Amino acid sequence: MLLKLLLRNAFRHKLRNTLTVCGMCIAILAFGMLRTVISAWYAGVAASSTSRLITRNAISLVFPLPISYRDKIRAVEGVKTVSYGSWFGGIYIEEKNFFANFAVEPKTYLELYPEFIIPVEQQETFLRDRKACAVGAKLAKRFGWEIGDNITLKGTIYPGNWEFVLRAIYAGRDQTTDQSQFFFHWDYLNESLKKSAPSRADKVGFYIIGLTNPDLAARTAVAVDRMFKNSFAETLTETEKAFQMGFVSMSEAIITAIKLVSLVIIVIIMAVVANTMVMSVRERMGEYAVFKTLGFGPWYLTAMILGESLVITCLGGAIGILLTFPLARAFGQAVGDWFPVFNVARETIVMDAAAALSVGIIAAVFPAWRAIRVRIAEGLRRIG
Amino acid sequence: MVDAAEVIVEIRELSKSYRRGGQSVPVLENISLTIHEGEFLALMGPSGSGKSTLLNLIAGLDQADSGSVIVGGVDITTLSETELADWRAGHVGFIFQFYNLIPVLTAFENVELPLILTSLSKKERRRHVETALQLVKLADRMDHYPRQLSGGQQQRVAIARAVVTDPTILVADEPTGDLDRGSAEEVLKLMERLSENLGKTIIMVTHDPRAARRAQSMKYLDKGVLANAPEATLAECF
Ligand SMILES: Nc1ncnc2c1ncn2[C@@H]1O[C@H](COP(=O)(O)OP(=O)(O)OP(=O)(O)O)[C@@H](O)[C@H]1O
Ligand SMILES: [Mg+2]
Repeated sequence: MLLKLLLRNAFRHKLRNTLTVCGMCIAILAFGMLRTVISAWYAGVAASSTSRLITRNAISLVFPLPISYRDKIRAVEGVKTVSYGSWFGGIYIEEKNFFANFAVEPKTYLELYPEFIIPVEQQETFLRDRKACAVGAKLAKRFGWEIGDNITLKGTIYPGNWEFVLRAIYAGRDQTTDQSQFFFHWDYLNESLKKSAPSRADKVGFYIIGLTNPDLAARTAVAVDRMFKNSFAETLTETEKAFQMGFVSMSEAIITAIKLVSLVIIVIIMAVVANTMVMSVRERMGEYAVFKTLGFGPWYLTAMILGESLVITCLGGAIGILLTFPLARAFGQAVGDWFPVFNVARETIVMDAAAALSVGIIAAVFPAWRAIRVRIAEGLRRIG
Repeated sequence: MVDAAEVIVEIRELSKSYRRGGQSVPVLENISLTIHEGEFLALMGPSGSGKSTLLNLIAGLDQADSGSVIVGGVDITTLSETELADWRAGHVGFIFQFYNLIPVLTAFENVELPLILTSLSKKERRRHVETALQLVKLADRMDHYPRQLSGGQQQRVAIARAVVTDPTILVADEPTGDLDRGSAEEVLKLMERLSENLGKTIIMVTHDPRAARRAQSMKYLDKGVLANAPEATLAECF
């Protein structure tokens, strides 16, 4: 009966409460989207492995390392596999079609990234053909590429038009795998450079090290860097996770701003819902006085007001959460180039729900307190 | 016949004042009064004389400054706020001038409301509510919402709500104050029946001599003290 009562009360003032529910829904939707953007930002980190190390030039990522380091690194204790590559920075037709593209040593690269799943026959042709490239399923879908297609990238760091044949399309092992990479044979790049720009040949942007045991990461990283100390190209070796973090932390300020905005949204909707509740309760002060007259105690009043507030926020919140999924999908498709992984995380849903609940509770506190405090004789007088 | 019955409400030297702008304004001064079981008492007096205040004190809705109110053997001036709420739930039935039904509840649910606080099962509650609604001749309207009922019908639902718990006393503050003559007549007849046939103790504040005429006895309050009613009022009432 009490439940019936608070449900009916919640929809008593139809327009006002519908608007509040809408506001709540939009707030939760916005909150969820911002949170999803943040988790997309961190997705690269989440997916990156601690059992892989990245070695780069100690000065900056833009300076290369000699290819001769490969054999030296391979000799370090704890190192199982060494792959290497360079950021290619090619453009497909026009600049807005951005995606990550690398020249890598293909065999070891695939060994190091078991989360890239490629059918066996595609893998074989990809490794055999020097002009072959491999792309993630998401990227292939984006441009409608199929196996056997010729793809031309315009070089930015390495001038000229570079032609590739699509030989492999990889799928991700799970949702967090980046499925929008483009990679091809480093040899193909290097041999062209030997002819056109010999000074730039035999250089790599980074080494990727697979470890025999992830526990050895710290020790191995130190050992690698010590080896090249005082050489003409000193190295900086860190786990892939730390490497990705470095990228993410560059944008830390933006993330903080987004977090702040998402919080502000919740505070605003809290004020809106509280306002609705204050208005409703004020209008019904006489009714609450009647309840008190009949002997209903403070707990009943609190339950009624809190319940009504929660009905509003939870309804709005639930609709907001449901709408987050299609919106995130649409948004993910629109900005897929920048966020290779754009999924609504479970934590986001939990936070949405927590936000809806706390808004409901906090918005009810003040009106409930008022209703409890008002003296019966006074409350009844208001009706007259 | 009144004298033979047991005393149900005993008021001893009751005083109450309100604080207004720093100074205290006396509203009730040293009121003493006894009401017997089954009595139907009308409380009259000019506006602002303290009738509602006295009624609220008898019904345990407000706290007195001094003096005591003993209802059915319990001195309610010694009870805490929570105890008082529980006591009201079990012992007092309320009828207000503006009916004060809950608009989102049907007639049935409004009458059921005070029973929620009892230990009755759903089935027993239903039986009680139906009996009460039959008593006020509104059993056929139990699924109507207050806005679908006339003022008189609403007041009858309120009466059903007041009697459904079988309280020790019924208090009514100008129950006919907002009704037209016909509806008022019906409501008064109903209250008379509650008093005569069912032996309910009723304390009713009213301005209306016609209402007072239905009661068995009348007390007149003037400027916070019990007084003799002016001749004119008496003449109208009896
Ligand atoms: N909460 C309050 N604060 C201050 N003064 C009050 C309060 N309630 C009542 N009073 C004053 O106490 C006096 C008695 O009020 P009460 O409501 O008991 O009168 P009443 O006899 O019921 O009048 P009416 O016939 O108009 O209903 C009035 O002067 C009123 O202004
Ligand atoms: Mg009054």
